[in-house]
Amino acid sequence: MAVIQVERKPLTFAERTYIPQIIGGLWVTLKHFFQPTVTLQYPEQRPEIPKGYRGVPTLVKDPNGREKCVSCQLCEFVCPPKAIRITPGEISAESDNAHVEKGPQAFDIDMLRCIYCGLCQEVCPEEAIFLQNQFSMSGYTRAEMVNNKERLYELGGTLPDEHLKWDKKKTAEEHGNAH
Amino acid sequence: MFDFYFHLPLIVRLVLQAIAVILFMFPVAAACSMAERKVCAWIQNRPGPNRTIAPIGGLLTPLGIVGRIPFLGPFLQQMGIFQLAADGGKFTFKEDPVPAHVNKFYFILAPIVAMIPALTTVAVVPVGAYYAVVNGQTILQPIVLANVDIGLLAVFAVSSLGVYAVILAGWASNSKYAFLGGVRASAQLVSYELAMTLSVLPSFLWMNKPGGQGTLSLFDAVQMQNGVWHGFSMASLHGMWGVFYMPISAFIFLVALFAETNRAPFDMAEAESELVAGFHTEYGAFKWSLFFLAEYCHMIIGSAVCILLFFGGWNILPWIPLTTLIDWLSHFIPFAAHPLFMGLVGIGIFVGKVFSFIFFFMWVRWTLPRFRYDQVMHLGWKKLLPLSIANLIFYTLGIALLQK
Repeated sequence: MAVIQVERKPLTFAERTYIPQIIGGLWVTLKHFFQPTVTLQYPEQRPEIPKGYRGVPTLVKDPNGREKCVSCQLCEFVCPPKAIRITPGEISAESDNAHVEKGPQAFDIDMLRCIYCGLCQEVCPEEAIFLQNQFSMSGYTRAEMVNNKERLYELGGTLPDEHLKWDKKKTAEEHGNAH
Repeated sequence: MFDFYFHLPLIVRLVLQAIAVILFMFPVAAACSMAERKVCAWIQNRPGPNRTIAPIGGLLTPLGIVGRIPFLGPFLQQMGIFQLAADGGKFTFKEDPVPAHVNKFYFILAPIVAMIPALTTVAVVPVGAYYAVVNGQTILQPIVLANVDIGLLAVFAVSSLGVYAVILAGWASNSKYAFLGGVRASAQLVSYELAMTLSVLPSFLWMNKPGGQGTLSLFDAVQMQNGVWHGFSMASLHGMWGVFYMPISAFIFLVALFAETNRAPFDMAEAESELVAGFHTEYGAFKWSLFFLAEYCHMIIGSAVCILLFFGGWNILPWIPLTTLIDWLSHFIPFAAHPLFMGLVGIGIFVGKVFSFIFFFMWVRWTLPRFRYDQVMHLGWKKLLPLSIANLIFYTLGIALLQK
């Protein structure tokens, strides 16, 4: 193994007194003393959330206001800490969205268990669950930390949808050429 | 009012002055802790404590009212002034535990012992000067609690007692870290006290003419820097500050002062990365805050002595003594030479200098890393002590030759 001998310069007298270095250090700290602060004043100023940030998981509606989740329960199965609990339900025949057939009766995400891994978003075939920008969750009780369906839709809101596949399916059925 | 004060019995006046000085020292030392946090924050590009404000219920208190004044209130809040009250309140009212394994008597005695020398040394430190008519002639008098000839000796003698508090706290705590902190503090004090004392001797060699009247008074040390001291006169020294003709002395004194006050880079006694918190590991609440205040009081006294000896005391600039300033001011302000006005100007200048020194202490603390223990000893015994002896010999010979 090659050994590289590093020539160590002997310290000069000025360096051995520490004084030039100390003055240099004082100069550096003095410059910082007069620089503006870089601290984010948190509750008033919010951090800029980068694109693709994985915040609190939320449920979203499509631009027509239809809830996208069809309660397939894939997210429930894939969730590593078992934070998601879905009670599947039928969509009533009178509804405009009767052709979607199923929707969640109840959808609870326990934020005390959630690890923000994003697998639910990854696995969702309906693009119904998204980890969005919300990053601060707090509550006084454990029950408060469980997001129910209303809360999840409130946090999620509406996201644009390129496919609108259920609308296309309905249109196709009406024109008699399903599949 | 003013005459009435001077007609009070001496003892009453001294007690009033002492209370005034302590009432000044205590909040200032507390404010220094706030300043420390702010200076540290600004050096690290942070805003520091800027949130605390008296709650709505506090509207009944002066702080609560001040905090609601537009512009001034938010500004003070930004400066963390109210944090000071919050800290003080917390330290005063929180539970004050005494661990089971300590020697209770000495454990409780230690913080008291820490405060006593810190507040006692103020007595001999002059803070300003005024014209007084004594026996028909106008002379400059110091504003000081006890104008004694042994001023500097008293400061050294009493302020060194401060280390007993550290040793006592370290030993009574019955804990390894606290004990090591106490041992370090005592070793460090012994090492640097020598260099410190030797470094101020040249200053008094200038002042004391052989066969003449001897003095160790700090007031006379400032008078020498006014250029009016009668002991040894040298035309070129008129109004020159000690630091200009004794730079090595001033430097050694300053370094030793950092070590004596246990400030970074010499904060061996409480090296938090090695000894948790050193001698006050086992302390909390009010007893801890007494140690904290004592440290800042020591810093204030130390800076005051350094300013008196080397930085011209209450003289505003080199070659411009307070008397010259007052003469010039009296062209504009008729009552400039009035003792009250002159005293306040002098105290203002002096306190301003002390604050700049305190800032320097903080500035250094947040710049330099802590010395290793062996480096501290090496610096003290092998560098500063020989340097101060050489310095003393140099000035002794120089003064002897000049006085021939």
